Amino acid sequence: MDFSNFLLMNQEAGLMLVFLILLVYDIFASGKVWLQLTACLLFAVHTAAGFLFPSVGTAFGGMYVSTEMTVLMKNIMNIGTLIVLMQSGAWLRSEENSQKQGEFYVITFATLLGMYLMISAGNFLLLYIGMEISALPLACLAAYNKHREKSAEAGAKYILISVLASGVMMFGISYLYGAMGTLYFTDMTPLVSMSPMTIMGLVFFFAGIAFKVSIVPFHLWTADVYEGAPTGITAYLSVVSKAAAAFVLMFALWHVFGAIVYIWHWILWALAVATIVIGNLFAIRQTDIKRFFAYSSISQAGYILLGIMSGTADGMASTVYFVLVYLFSNLAVFGVIAAVENASGRTDIAAYDGFFKTNPRLTFVMMIAVFSLGGIPPFAGFFSKFFIFAAAASEGEYLLVFIALVNTVISLYYYLLIIKAMFINQPSEQPITTIRTDSYNKLSLLLCSVCVLFVGLFSNIYDYIHGMSTGM
Amino acid sequence: MNILSLFVVVPLLMLLVLFLCKSAKQVRTVMVAGASMLLGLAAVLTVMFLHERAVSDAAMLFFADTTWYDSLNIHYTVGVDGISVLMIGLSAIIVFTGVFSSWNMSREYFMWYCLLTIGVFGFFISLDLFTMFMFYEVALIPMYLLIGVWGTGKKEYSAMKLTLMLMAGSAFLLTGILGIYFLSGHTTMNMVELIDKHIPLMHQYWIFPVTFIGFGVLGALFPFHTWSPDGHASAPTAVSMLHAGVLMKLGGYGCFRVAICLMPEAAQELSWIFLILTGISVVYGAFSAVVQTDLKYINAYSSVSHCGLVLFAILMLNQTAMTGAVLQMLSHGLMTALFFALIGLIYSRTHTRDIREMGGLMKIMPFASVCYVIAGLASLGLPGLSGFVAEMTVFVGSFQHQDMFHRVLVIIAACSIVITAVYILRTIGKVLYGAIVNENHFNLTDATWYEKVSAVGLILCILVIGVYPSAVTNLIVGTLQPLMAYLK
Repeated sequence: MDFSNFLLMNQEAGLMLVFLILLVYDIFASGKVWLQLTACLLFAVHTAAGFLFPSVGTAFGGMYVSTEMTVLMKNIMNIGTLIVLMQSGAWLRSEENSQKQGEFYVITFATLLGMYLMISAGNFLLLYIGMEISALPLACLAAYNKHREKSAEAGAKYILISVLASGVMMFGISYLYGAMGTLYFTDMTPLVSMSPMTIMGLVFFFAGIAFKVSIVPFHLWTADVYEGAPTGITAYLSVVSKAAAAFVLMFALWHVFGAIVYIWHWILWALAVATIVIGNLFAIRQTDIKRFFAYSSISQAGYILLGIMSGTADGMASTVYFVLVYLFSNLAVFGVIAAVENASGRTDIAAYDGFFKTNPRLTFVMMIAVFSLGGIPPFAGFFSKFFIFAAAASEGEYLLVFIALVNTVISLYYYLLIIKAMFINQPSEQPITTIRTDSYNKLSLLLCSVCVLFVGLFSNIYDYIHGMSTGM
Repeated sequence: MNILSLFVVVPLLMLLVLFLCKSAKQVRTVMVAGASMLLGLAAVLTVMFLHERAVSDAAMLFFADTTWYDSLNIHYTVGVDGISVLMIGLSAIIVFTGVFSSWNMSREYFMWYCLLTIGVFGFFISLDLFTMFMFYEVALIPMYLLIGVWGTGKKEYSAMKLTLMLMAGSAFLLTGILGIYFLSGHTTMNMVELIDKHIPLMHQYWIFPVTFIGFGVLGALFPFHTWSPDGHASAPTAVSMLHAGVLMKLGGYGCFRVAICLMPEAAQELSWIFLILTGISVVYGAFSAVVQTDLKYINAYSSVSHCGLVLFAILMLNQTAMTGAVLQMLSHGLMTALFFALIGLIYSRTHTRDIREMGGLMKIMPFASVCYVIAGLASLGLPGLSGFVAEMTVFVGSFQHQDMFHRVLVIIAACSIVITAVYILRTIGKVLYGAIVNENHFNLTDATWYEKVSAVGLILCILVIGVYPSAVTNLIVGTLQPLMAYLK
């Protein structure tokens, strides 16, 4: 065995290093005062290193693949994780959790490591192992406020669903192995055919991943888990975990099943429509803001499918770009929700009535984030949606684009309800007082706002992503 | 920097400066200075345009092109022809008078107002479909908060209805734009280039209706006009002015620039469907206005009727009717803005817009009432005012079609002039003349100086167009001739 293979995995190695340093620090340091600062700084260095020292190549006989694109995807997930770390500090320092702060970081990094492996997998086994590495700790995170019934319930739901999903997926993978006799992506590509066994394998594999991306009809866990999990974890689940699964889905479909595109094209077509429509319609009826954004994130996953479907370089670029913009917008939203929850303990939408009068700045952040999610210019979400639609339209899918566009109008309706609550509604009997968030959260919200405002206007970012994209 | 980009940069700077303003006085200073600057820029642009056109025969003047998204061939392209210059002028006038009509509003209100202004100007200067669409949506979203927060009546319902219907229109529009982009065979969004490219006929048949409906929603095309009465009635004064005066023109302008110019064959073939729809808009809007009792609803339905006439004239696809359409856009923009300014003035004093609860206002506030009469007369097409010139040209142009179908439609549409007279004279008679209905109205004051600025400015423009329409037609004749030759 050639150990130089490990050099290719420098992002994983860096993450392991951060992981170990924090673990040791947490065990031996007496106070936890500097914990968040250390974690954020170390992770920021790790994120920067990901951009500065990309390593590209194939390791372990094709088991592990690193391309410019996978490095970029991991970097995007790093940015998301970093923002989540910054937003979680106030919640971790609360009385309930102050004794288990260190674990949060360690567990989060463990899940991230799993996601790295999923993305870089060149073999279904590594993909599966990565998914498993991330699944169990994610359930721990969801149940982090274990004394609260909802959080414990969320953890239990998540682990059960994860187990089911990975079982289904493993079943699919075993079919694929039976049909082709190998699990290496590159070896499978020429062998993929229309045989029923391959198609069965594809469908079960797809279902397993679809649980993670929360595509309808595999979305039923989403709202409950998002509602019950601590807000920082909800943000992490809705952005980083979802992004990883979407990227993996894209790679697997394109690199392995490219030969039977006409099979999964129509599966994705139908599921994209179902995901967008059902996510939207259920979002309208929610009264809890975390459930609300759970359904909103389901419908956003539907748009991701549009990009994956097209199978072109534009499609890959627009998907990655969409995820990047979605990350900033959604994390801005959850940053505000976390600030409100930490200050008042409320997560109902009615709590935001008259929010503008007491917290104009947080309202501003929430507003641009929500407009970005709704696809309103000049915010970044408009551009990312447009590119996704352009990618789908370039393949002639005008009907699908039109359905998706009509759904953006529906989504605008419920996003405007949030705007209405904040700006127009009169404050309720117990309005939220002026909130003073900690400086980490402020910084994270500033970062998100700046990105939501300017990522779309500066075309370099999209062109940069487009430069490393490849077609099917 | 290109002079056209200044029209976007100035409101953007106004918006940023407003963040720093503390007192109401500072806010007003910024707004008046900025709006005057826009007005001045529009005047300079008109003069420069006339000068430039004498020496250049390019389709678009002040053309500037910057690559934006290289990988998708999206550019920031600006340029103007005669029609856009006029629209920019109209927008500048209404933005300027709108500031005076919303004198006592808060800083946040003006911030959204500036954003709306950015969208409107950006739309008229853009030649790239992507940037055009982007500015179009930028102009739509501020409406929600402007109406929802500062509006009156059932403002939340109206704001939501308006926003969602217009966004639904833009869903049609974006599908059409993507169709144009990919199916023209030259992945470009530049309208000047696209006009020479032939989009295959089978695709034109779906792209034309889709884009026409997309812009038509904003131009109050029947049956997609229902946002307009509610929206205009609930909006605060200056927003009604800007929305009815300028934003609805975005619809007509877009229908012409995108739907008709880029898909001429389909426009010839399918125009009959939309002619019927716009004909219904014209007559139905006028009839609806007759039975309304709220001043703003009367004027909003009148807008549906007049804007319907704009689309009607555009679809006639000949030069005279098209000239009439542009005149009608200007004329309607000015007089409807004047109407809304005066209704806002009256409402701020009487606190009612119900015509049954008002009467004899001529004796109480003579200035405002005289202005209202002038606006009314312009609306019903009195010679010497802009409405007459516009409607005359539209109907003469439309009647040039020899066939029965067009002529019958024109005659039906022309009936709207009579109906317009009914509702205008009814309102004037009821509200301005007659006995004073409410005793409390005796103490009402007449217009203040800033309200007078707004009204007088608009009346002057209406008079200029009415007395000397060549000022306008000279600007567009050079633009329309090649376009119409091309459409043939």
